[in-house]
Amino acid sequence: MADFETPSFREYPTIPVLQEGIMNNGGPFVAKPAHNEPLGYPGELVDGWEDKAVAKLGDLASRYRSLQVFLDSCVKCGACTDKCHYFQGTHDPKNMPVGRQDLLRKVYRRYYTFAGKYFPKLVGAVDMTKEVLDDWYTYYHQCSQCRRCSVFCPYGIDTAEISMAAREIMDHVGLGSKYNNEIIVKAQTVGNNLGLPEPALVDTLEGLEEDLLDDTGLEIKVPVDVHGADVLLVTPSADFFAEPHIDGLMGYAKVFHAAGISWTLSSYASEAANFSMFIGSYENMKKQAERIRKAALDLGVKRLVVGECGHAWRVAYSFWNTLAGPFDFLDPNYPVPQHIVEFTHQLHTAGAIKFDKEANDDKVLTFHDSCNVSRASRMGDKPGGQYRLPRDLLRASANKFVDMPRDTIFESTFCCGGGGGLLTDDLMEVRVKGALPRMEALNHVIQENGVTHMAAICAICKTQFAKVLPYYGMGMDQIISLHQVVGDALVLGAPNE
Amino acid sequence: MGIEVNGKTLEVDEEGYLADLSTWVPEVATVMAKEDGQELGEDHWELINFLREYYEEYQIAPAIRVLTKAIGKKLGKDKGNSKYLYELFPYGPAKQACKYAGLPKPTGCV
Repeated sequence: MADFETPSFREYPTIPVLQEGIMNNGGPFVAKPAHNEPLGYPGELVDGWEDKAVAKLGDLASRYRSLQVFLDSCVKCGACTDKCHYFQGTHDPKNMPVGRQDLLRKVYRRYYTFAGKYFPKLVGAVDMTKEVLDDWYTYYHQCSQCRRCSVFCPYGIDTAEISMAAREIMDHVGLGSKYNNEIIVKAQTVGNNLGLPEPALVDTLEGLEEDLLDDTGLEIKVPVDVHGADVLLVTPSADFFAEPHIDGLMGYAKVFHAAGISWTLSSYASEAANFSMFIGSYENMKKQAERIRKAALDLGVKRLVVGECGHAWRVAYSFWNTLAGPFDFLDPNYPVPQHIVEFTHQLHTAGAIKFDKEANDDKVLTFHDSCNVSRASRMGDKPGGQYRLPRDLLRASANKFVDMPRDTIFESTFCCGGGGGLLTDDLMEVRVKGALPRMEALNHVIQENGVTHMAAICAICKTQFAKVLPYYGMGMDQIISLHQVVGDALVLGAPNE
Repeated sequence: MGIEVNGKTLEVDEEGYLADLSTWVPEVATVMAKEDGQELGEDHWELINFLREYYEEYQIAPAIRVLTKAIGKKLGKDKGNSKYLYELFPYGPAKQACKYAGLPKPTGCV
């Protein structure tokens, strides 16, 4: 099936022996003009791209002070080197966070620092060449922008921001990745990453209502485009399409039903994900966020709730207000936006919904903290809510819950290996290898504590794990949606007869 | 890039998906399966035909739940689950079966 070797589990974490160039694979499939032009980028690599790339780098460094600080301040202390899951899994030194940063930094030094302009060799500054561009394309598509390295950097250098800037520069000279750009075009035209048109969405949701009726004997709705509903739920379109995501969506529906809160999805804004963040494009990110604002206004809702999607929550929590705000037309008594976990947690705390824990007695659960939720946002009204709230819900809805080792969860969580716009088959090798640290941590609690399932709150994580678990000898069905666990335990009352 | 079907070369993209849906003939699936070292039985064809019908109506591949339900109705309840679909199409029913059926690859977090 694969023409690479799946890494073996290590007895204890070790610093990998370097294998230079082992992942120099040319990067993912390149976007075609049809994927680039609608986003405002040249169709293909433009003439004079060297100068244009350098100019764009200067533009970004001057606009985003953070980027300039990150490029200027690295002291090569080495604290970040072994913190990256891709480095641990691949052994390629360009996958060390500092190695990855330096790909951009050495060009920045050459053109934008005194020493680099006059004594390039002394400071490792290089010209913008095709070789450099190829390295950018390859290795900035082996970064999932998970920001684990930045937790350990004494200067707080954020490799994700450097990686986003690099992709933005490449898009501006016509070199984008097909996976990301094709998806963004679909989200901006059809309204979701899948390209799922309204009739198909409606048909799919009707099917889910049938399933819910079969399972529970209750008429639990999965409504779409209902004007005047209280809540607009914006969720990743994978929740309509894939497993185990769809079980999470049915879990949300059960929660709304049990709490008696009217809600709706929108066929116009049928996507929470915002891949424009992965390519560092503020302009495109804004377009997608504005769709959600428009849907909320058109439907006349009072609240906005975001489904289980990691980076969508970062965009919603940290960017929506500046991208598409103010959301002053919503009910100020509720957080804007609110995470579905926070929503369910609040209902449970208030006693509005109840769980029957025994319903999940066939499982021993653990929880995978998604990068963008853990390190780029919060949840609820207290620090650390993004770690506590999902665990509270799991413990409230299941008797058996065990955490993975402390250095692999919370702010130190390891990426699933497929985040940041890398969830494509043409990057399978880096996805499988990058999953190593998480797979080791999961294996640990499987062996020690008999864990059977790992719950997650991110569509990318769920798809990635379903794909890579079998490479490590585990089952694809061991990854589940948090709201599946919640939905299974939820006390729904007697079926209507 | 292309694949040879009935003496004609049909264009495919870098991942092997048919560039033009309308050029599909049943032999496309047979040829693609052969390249993957697989043989197509009756159940494979049920799935491929369902995908094509669904696509014609909705311009997208069906969600996995829609697919398992439809297959369950056609082939019996014991086959209406994703485990069985993965037995038929080990690379993933959504992706491998779509490819054989000439449909574009599903995109997004799936």
